[in-house]
Amino acid sequence: MASKRAVADGSWLIAPALALLVLGFIGPMVLFFARTLISQGGLPELAALVTKVVTSEAVTTALIKTQWIALLVTLAVLLISYPLAYYMANRSGLKFTLVLFCIIVPYFTSIIVRTYAWMVLLGRNGLINQTLTSLGWITEPLELLYTETAVVIGMVYVLLPYMVLTLYAAMKSIDPSLMRAARGLGAGPFYVFRRVYFPLSLHGVISGSLIVFILAIGFFITPALMGGPSDVMIAMLIERAVEITLDWPGAAVMSLVLLAVTLALYAVYYRVTDVRRMMGA
Amino acid sequence: MTSDRQAAPAGGRIELRSVTKRYGRERVVDAVSALIQPGEFFSLLGPSGSGKTTTLMMIAGFADIDEGSVWVDAQDLSSSPPQRRGFGMVFQNYAIFPHLDVFENVAFPLRARRLPEAEIRTRVQAALELVRLDRFADRFSRQLSGGQQQRVAIARAIVFQPRVVLMDEPLGALDKNLRYQMQVEIKQIQRRLGMTVVYVTHDQEEAMNMSDRIAIMNNGRIEQVGEPAFIYENPSNEFVARFLGEANLVKGVVDSVDGPFGLLRLASGQRLRARVAASSAWQAGEAASFFIRPERLVLISDAQAPAHETQTEQLRGKVLRTSFLGNILRHDVEVDDAAVMTVDEPNASGRAPVAAGDRVCIAWRSQDAVFLKA
Repeated sequence: MASKRAVADGSWLIAPALALLVLGFIGPMVLFFARTLISQGGLPELAALVTKVVTSEAVTTALIKTQWIALLVTLAVLLISYPLAYYMANRSGLKFTLVLFCIIVPYFTSIIVRTYAWMVLLGRNGLINQTLTSLGWITEPLELLYTETAVVIGMVYVLLPYMVLTLYAAMKSIDPSLMRAARGLGAGPFYVFRRVYFPLSLHGVISGSLIVFILAIGFFITPALMGGPSDVMIAMLIERAVEITLDWPGAAVMSLVLLAVTLALYAVYYRVTDVRRMMGA
Repeated sequence: MTSDRQAAPAGGRIELRSVTKRYGRERVVDAVSALIQPGEFFSLLGPSGSGKTTTLMMIAGFADIDEGSVWVDAQDLSSSPPQRRGFGMVFQNYAIFPHLDVFENVAFPLRARRLPEAEIRTRVQAALELVRLDRFADRFSRQLSGGQQQRVAIARAIVFQPRVVLMDEPLGALDKNLRYQMQVEIKQIQRRLGMTVVYVTHDQEEAMNMSDRIAIMNNGRIEQVGEPAFIYENPSNEFVARFLGEANLVKGVVDSVDGPFGLLRLASGQRLRARVAASSAWQAGEAASFFIRPERLVLISDAQAPAHETQTEQLRGKVLRTSFLGNILRHDVEVDDAAVMTVDEPNASGRAPVAAGDRVCIAWRSQDAVFLKA
C-alpha cells in the first residue's frame, strides 16, 4: 500500500537523491560519531572527553579565530556585494550580462585554482610586490601571503557570488514603484534609500550574511593554503586530528561542535527566508 | 465630522506650456498646453498610448520634459526633481510601503519633511479619519483590501496638505461598484480640501463623474478640453465623440447651412437636419459626419410615425438586434443607406416590445444632432 502511494504521488522521484544522502552522507557520519564516541565507554567518559576537547586551548583559539575570520569575511563580502547587486538589479542588457558573467564564471572554477591564483598575486615575489617594487613605492616585499588578511581576501573572493546572487534576488523583488512613490511624496534619494530601499532589501542582507557566515566557518582549503601558522580554523584542526594526530574521538567532538553551530545558524536562516515568504516579497 | 476640516491650501494653478516628450523619433506627448485652475479637478482622459500618463509623469517630474515647461503658481518646475515639486501622488498599484504599517505609510511624507512628532501624530490621525481608516493604523498593506489600500494611498497623498495632488489611474484595479464609491469619496475629499487634482484615467464615466474639466487625449495631443457635459454634447471631432460614450456617426456631404442648423445629404439621397457648431465654418459639398448619442434617439413604430410631434427628424430602418443591458435596451437599427444606428431605450414599464426584424422609425430633435468634420 505504502509503495503504491509512493508511486502515485511521485515520492519515488526523490528516492535516488535520498538514497545518496543517507548512504553517502548521513550514514557514514552517524557511524563515525557512534563508533568513535561509543569506544570511549560510558556517558561519564564521553562527557569528560567533550569537556576536555571543547575547553582545550587549541580548540577554543581555533573556534574564536574561525568566527572572527568568518565575521570579517561576511562584512567584507557584504560591503562589496551590496553596491554590486544594486548595480545589477538596476541594469539590463549587456551591462547586466557582463557583470553577471564576471561573477558566475569564477564560481564554476575550482576553489584550489582560485586560491593558487591569489597566492601568485600575493606571494613574496608575486605580482603585487613586483609591481610595487618596480614603481619604487616599496623597497622590501610586503608580507601579504600567509596572513589573516590573505585568508580573508581569498575567502571573500570565493564567497562573493553567494552574497551577490542572494542580494540581487532580494533587490529584484522590490517594486520600483515604491521608490517612485517615496520620491513623489517628497523624499530625497538618501531618505528613500534609508527608509524604503534598504529595509526592503534587509532580508536579503540577512540571508546572504548567514549563508556566507555558515560557509565561512567550515572553510578549509583557503585558510590552509593562504594562512599563517596562527590562522588555524576549526576545519583545519579537525583535519589535523584525523590525519596527523589520529585523535578520532577529538575530531568527532570538534565536528559535532561545528555541525551544531552550522545547524543553529541554518535554523536562523530558515526563519528569515520563511518570513520573507510570508511578507510576499 | 467637519472638525477635521483642513485649511484649503493656497495656490495650485498649473500651466503646461507646449510640453513635449519624445521616445526616439516618436513624439509621445506633442506640444500639450493646458491651464489648470486652483482647486480644479482636471482629468486627462484617453486610450492607452495616448500620452496621458506620460504627461502626468512630466508634471510629477518622473519623466524629463524634452520641450516646453511646467509652471505651478508662476514658478517653472520643469527641471525640479520630483521630491521638490511638493505634489501629493496616488499611483495605480497604490505603492503602499509593505514594511511600514498604515500609520507610518501616511506619516511618510511628513517624516521626509522632518515635522515634529506631535504634529505628525495629529496630521496622520486627521488624514486617516478623513478616509475612514483611523481604526486600521497598525495594519500592514497585506492585511488590507484593495479599497482600503487605495484609501491609505489617498491619505498619504493629502496628509501634508499639498496644493496639487496627481492621481494616475488610482481606481483601475478596483471592481466596478467599489470604483464608483471611491470616485464619490475622492471627489468629496478634493472639494473639502480645495486642492487641485490632475487625474489620469481611461474610463470615461469616471472622468465625467469626477471632473470639473476633462482633456481628451489621443496620439500625444489634446483633442478637446472642457466641462464633461459640454464635451459629451459637443464633441469637436469623431474621436472625442466615440471615446466619450456611445456615438452614432453617419457619413455624408453638407447639403446646405442655414443659421444654427444645416442639412447633411446621405449617399441614399436622404437629408438629415442637425446643429452646426458656431466655431466651425461649413461649405456645401464638404464631407461631414452626422453625430447623435444613442439615448437621444427614439424608436417609434411605423404606424404612429407621422403623429409624433416632439421629434422633428426621422429615419426609417429595420431592427438588426436588441441587447438587454439592465437599465437600458440597446437596439441596432439598419437605416436606409446601410448605415447602422444604435438606439438606447430606457428600461421603463409599458414600452412596446421591439424584436429583431421589426420595421421601425428612428426619430430625434434636430438640436440633439451635430455635424462633425470628417
